[in-house]
Amino acid sequence: MRHDTVIIGAGPGGLAAARAAKRIGKRVLLIDDNWGPGGQIWRGYSGLDIDGIDKRYSTQVSDLDLDCEQLILACGARELFLPFPGWTLPHVVGAGGLQALVKAGLKIQGKRVVVAGSGPLLLAVAANLSKAGAEVVLVAEQASWGSLVGFGVSLWRWPEKIIQAAGLATSRFRASVWPVSAEPGRVVMSDGQTLQCDYLACGFGLVPNLELAMLAGCKIESGFVSVDAMQETSVRGIYAVGELTGIGGVEKAEAEGEAAGSRTALRGNHGAFVELLRQCFALREELKSLAKPDTIVCRCEDVTLGKIAACSSKREAKLQTRCGMGACQGRICGSALEFLRGWPPDTVRQPVHPVSVQDLLKQKETANP
Amino acid sequence: MPRIKLNGTLYDVPAQTSVAAALMNACFTARQSIEGEARGPLCGMGICFECRVTVDGIAYERGCQLQVRDGMEVTTDAA
Ligand SMILES: Cc1cc2nc3c(=O)[nH]c(=O)nc-3n(C[C@H](O)[C@H](O)[C@H](O)COP(=O)(O)OP(=O)(O)OC[C@H]3O[C@@H](n4cnc5c(N)ncnc54)[C@H](O)[C@@H]3O)c2cc1C
Ligand code: FES
Repeated sequence: MRHDTVIIGAGPGGLAAARAAKRIGKRVLLIDDNWGPGGQIWRGYSGLDIDGIDKRYSTQVSDLDLDCEQLILACGARELFLPFPGWTLPHVVGAGGLQALVKAGLKIQGKRVVVAGSGPLLLAVAANLSKAGAEVVLVAEQASWGSLVGFGVSLWRWPEKIIQAAGLATSRFRASVWPVSAEPGRVVMSDGQTLQCDYLACGFGLVPNLELAMLAGCKIESGFVSVDAMQETSVRGIYAVGELTGIGGVEKAEAEGEAAGSRTALRGNHGAFVELLRQCFALREELKSLAKPDTIVCRCEDVTLGKIAACSSKREAKLQTRCGMGACQGRICGSALEFLRGWPPDTVRQPVHPVSVQDLLKQKETANP
Repeated sequence: MPRIKLNGTLYDVPAQTSVAAALMNACFTARQSIEGEARGPLCGMGICFECRVTVDGIAYERGCQLQVRDGMEVTTDAA
């Protein structure tokens, strides 16, 4: 069956789009690479499935040979990981990463966890891990109290978010602190303390998964997909919602999904919250000098910072050292180098994930059954 | 409860557990890097490819994107 609306990503943005498109009578196909709907925040929740639409889960879209009148990209974001000595040790995981693993069955009861990095996600993760029985030793936010107070004060405009923030407050929270190095079973923080831990859960904010939008030729501005009031990108028929258009949380993602799916203008002003988050949690310069010459930057190919010292672009680093050419295709080191070195994103080629030929065939079936 | 084999040893693992979580619970790391470092899951969401293992003979599967199935056999690089 040919679909009117194909949605890639079943997080809050994609789900809202699917419900809206179904409501206005469209034949909808919803695709996600996870084994169920929910995206990052509602990972593993039940009761999210939408009846009366077609769904393909555990399906990763790697090229855009899809035949439909409206394509909605709702691919969300990933964590930004920054290299520091020891960040490749197995006990160092993402902050959202550890939370995702716990939701997928990792036993965390009684484990000592240091949560570090930046962004509102750290507190959400700390709260969820404690609830699951972990001993959260410290929540270290690199931003200063000064900028966080700015964040708190400005929240009066978003009442639901104040409630969320209060519910997540923790006495183990420290501002202006970040990890400087990790060794097996412990981490050294910027204030000089060494903490024993089973896990260092560390992420420095979120970066959008722009690969498919870039592949489609959608205009990207200041790191995000640009869209009009109806969420349509610069490419006709292709829409973008959620974190792809600005890191702004679940309410923004749902409002944008609703707009794109129902093909009506976006309601509410979400841009101000996006801007507030960006300013309050801006990454400090000191984080640029955590990695030493012998620190691995590209984890897939084990390329150290020293090896790319003389390079001036991602392309040059790729050609000379294979930096960014491994399985993750530069998703981890590329985002880090955008911050560390100010290198702009490279062009995207199909397929945007390593795929087997069988998977490509499966996708063709999905697109033109 | 699915019974799976991790590096040759049998484990009973609750249904819906990911292969990556099952490995971590059993104190295994996942892939070995080019220079021989042991690596474990990082992103937990299919992006970083650090959780790659061999599942039922198929190499380079991302453990965080797969749920355990009864009879599944998982091997890691170091094993
Ligand atoms: C790791 C992580 C944990 C988070 N935890 C929290 C939390 O605890 N609390 C909170 O308030 N906010 C959390 N957030 C932020 C939250 O995800 C966002 O505010 C909100 O969910 C964004 O919704 P979205 O629909 O834009 O994207 P997402 O929820 O990220 O959904 C995007 C979906 O698209 C899928 N996808 C992407 N590319 C492809 C592709 N090529 N093919 C198929 N599927 C694809 C992804 O797997 C994902 O399921 C987290 C974010 C991350 C990255
Ligand atoms: S942990 Fe990153 S891909 Fe599995």
